[in-house]
Amino acid sequence: MLRGLGNPRFLRAVLPAISLAVILGAIFAVNPRTMSPIGLNLLLQLAVPVALATIAQMFILAVNDLDLSIGGYVGLVACIGATFLNTDPLLGVVLLGACIAAYAVMGALIHWRNLPSIVVTLGMLFVWQGIAILVLPTPGGAAPGWITAIMGFKPPLVPFPIVAAVVIAVVVHFALMRSSYGVILRGAGGNPRAVARAGWSLLKTKLAMYALAGLFGVLSGLSLIGLTTSAQANIAMPYTLLSIAGAILGGSEFVGGRVSPVGAVIGALTLTLATRALTFFHVPPDWQIGAQGGILIVVLALRALINRREVA
Amino acid sequence: MSGSKRQIVRLQGVAKRFGAVHALAGVDLDVEAGQCLGLVGHNGAGKSTLMHVLAGTLAPDRGAIVIDGAPREGQYSVAAAHRLGIRCVFQELSLCPNLTVAENARILHPAVKGWGWRGRAGRMIADKLDEIFPGHGVSADDVVGDLALGKRQMVEIARAFTVTDEPLHLVILDEPTSSLDSVTAEQLLVFVRKIVDEGVSCILISHLLGEVLGYCDRIVVMRDGQVVAARAAGEFDRHSLVSAMGDVAEDKKTAAHEARSANRDAAPVCVRARPRGKAAGGELVAHRGEIIGLSGLAGHGQTELLLQIYQAAGRRDRDTEVTGPVALVAGDRQADGVFHLWSIAQNVTVRSMRRMLWHGLIQPAREAAMAADWRQRMRIRTPDMNNPILSLSGGNQQKALFARALGSDAEIVLMDDPMRGVDIGTKLEVYDIIRAEAERGRTFLWYTTEMDELDNCDHVYVFRNGQVVADLPRGEMTEQKVLQSSFEQVA
Repeated sequence: MLRGLGNPRFLRAVLPAISLAVILGAIFAVNPRTMSPIGLNLLLQLAVPVALATIAQMFILAVNDLDLSIGGYVGLVACIGATFLNTDPLLGVVLLGACIAAYAVMGALIHWRNLPSIVVTLGMLFVWQGIAILVLPTPGGAAPGWITAIMGFKPPLVPFPIVAAVVIAVVVHFALMRSSYGVILRGAGGNPRAVARAGWSLLKTKLAMYALAGLFGVLSGLSLIGLTTSAQANIAMPYTLLSIAGAILGGSEFVGGRVSPVGAVIGALTLTLATRALTFFHVPPDWQIGAQGGILIVVLALRALINRREVA
Repeated sequence: MSGSKRQIVRLQGVAKRFGAVHALAGVDLDVEAGQCLGLVGHNGAGKSTLMHVLAGTLAPDRGAIVIDGAPREGQYSVAAAHRLGIRCVFQELSLCPNLTVAENARILHPAVKGWGWRGRAGRMIADKLDEIFPGHGVSADDVVGDLALGKRQMVEIARAFTVTDEPLHLVILDEPTSSLDSVTAEQLLVFVRKIVDEGVSCILISHLLGEVLGYCDRIVVMRDGQVVAARAAGEFDRHSLVSAMGDVAEDKKTAAHEARSANRDAAPVCVRARPRGKAAGGELVAHRGEIIGLSGLAGHGQTELLLQIYQAAGRRDRDTEVTGPVALVAGDRQADGVFHLWSIAQNVTVRSMRRMLWHGLIQPAREAAMAADWRQRMRIRTPDMNNPILSLSGGNQQKALFARALGSDAEIVLMDDPMRGVDIGTKLEVYDIIRAEAERGRTFLWYTTEMDELDNCDHVYVFRNGQVVADLPRGEMTEQKVLQSSFEQVA
């Protein structure tokens, strides 16, 4: 596969890793004390829920759809996690299972009625948010102890967020990129008609992908309250755009079933670090969001350049 | 057909219609085990539709499908066809460009799974590629999107011949050699003969009559959704095959056209165009007031030339010379023609917007007047021109698009197979209007896939592989000649 370093495919694959290294290097240069397990842990902690949400978004991107509801959904999961899951674990688990089922139904609906996913998920964003406010009208609640314990786990040598990121990337990589059914799921994004003509059900692939997205949305919400210990309905609203940006940054594309789980995780780490880096560089808070967008534009422009070379 | 050989497929009275079009009007087809069946016919004869029915991707409206001696009505599907050993290489490629060659092989075979599936799928497809196309230069790990078109076609063909736990009885090849070079095409045809001798059947659809005549046992000719001839390949030659495909009777010519093509050179030239990058072929010339037909098989560069002329209007272009304003009547109504959300009147007047202006604003009265005028001239069947365009039938939508072009200031009207899926009554009305407009000095360039429509043209250019290969004046134009030029040159 590797035909020299100038190969556009290779360049595109390593671009997310290079952007991560550049940002990490800049942070280390400005503040060398971050170069310790505790420093890294603090830097990367919030990257775990973002990475999980980005993976959820990537599943949807793989079947040529876009999920604008993931932020509201993760918020709802966080609210359920901080209330029912703590007080009545069984009911909490049932509710979270229902959330995943609702996601699968959303996928089925999009397939059956041939609806634009952007419209359906934009509508669902408000549905999730509304239910979340019903579940937890004011900020508060408490995360179950076992979740905070998992998120607070300190493995020797390597900080927990890095271990978590590697585990997420490897598990999803094998499930989606290496397994025999993963091929069908990705093929349904690349050329749906070809997959249908080989006798596979496109409805099942949509169901599977949306259910997986729902599952990773649940994991994202739970890991988030594991860090914050309490919840509120709007806690994860930025996740919608962060997850899309992270997946694209990591080499996924909006159409064509081209996705990369490893890239998505790296993209999520990069975006989280970019936010932190701006604080270290003493960028005023008023300008931080804009600067974040600037970083995104630079990296995506680089990728567009590489793509153009591939076409030429 | 009750020979000693086993019947693999027997289709009886299969019919399928799309809207007003009879794609298949009661087709019978038999395929024996170990037989290579050639299927030929002009565009729209129904070959591809018939193969979709056989592959299970289209359900017929009527008719019996008997596979391997047992009737399969109702429950026939893609999955059933696969189980019964029927595979199809469709004309448009059915590979996933984002997956590797091995992964694409796995999509066809549910049985390839579990530990080490990747290696097994890769070996399976690589072995088959080696067998059919020695020296193919494709690796099982290549991503299909990176391969050239010809190599993708090779992968798809090889994939259709791979076998796991399901049997392989019949492979349908729809224009398999269209993107292969002559060496690989030869390799494929030799392989087809070999597996046919081993007892697998093949259906070969091809526009290259030499392939069909040289490699098939039996040839079936289709026309207008029906089988018009089915005989052993030895009983056909190129000539009898071409005449079986087309309408040989030529008696519908009108004298008026004959007269006009005689004084062709008197009128000034309006369009002179040569397909870009095709210096070898001829050029297309249209004089004022002529109706020029663009013919040949679909997708051989006719639409491209029309677009080239459209773009060259009012500009300098090396290959193209256009003297007046141009309007285009799109063939794909829904994609390129109508503005779905606009009214009929807006759809008709949009090309003439400038004439509707008064101090930079559109005058509704002028718009309404033009719409009313064209409603009457084109006989658009609607109670109110302010109704949405989609309230019209397909034929009347097309009339509105003609009104848009004819109502404009364009002196040259380009038509990109505009009569697709239009009923015959509407067609005849529009033909009359086109002829009347040509009398008034407008020039028409008319790409059509329907042979009958060429009768309305003063001059016909036949296209093959993006080149103009024949230039037939009205008097010399016969369906026979058009078909001869559309297919490969007689050696």
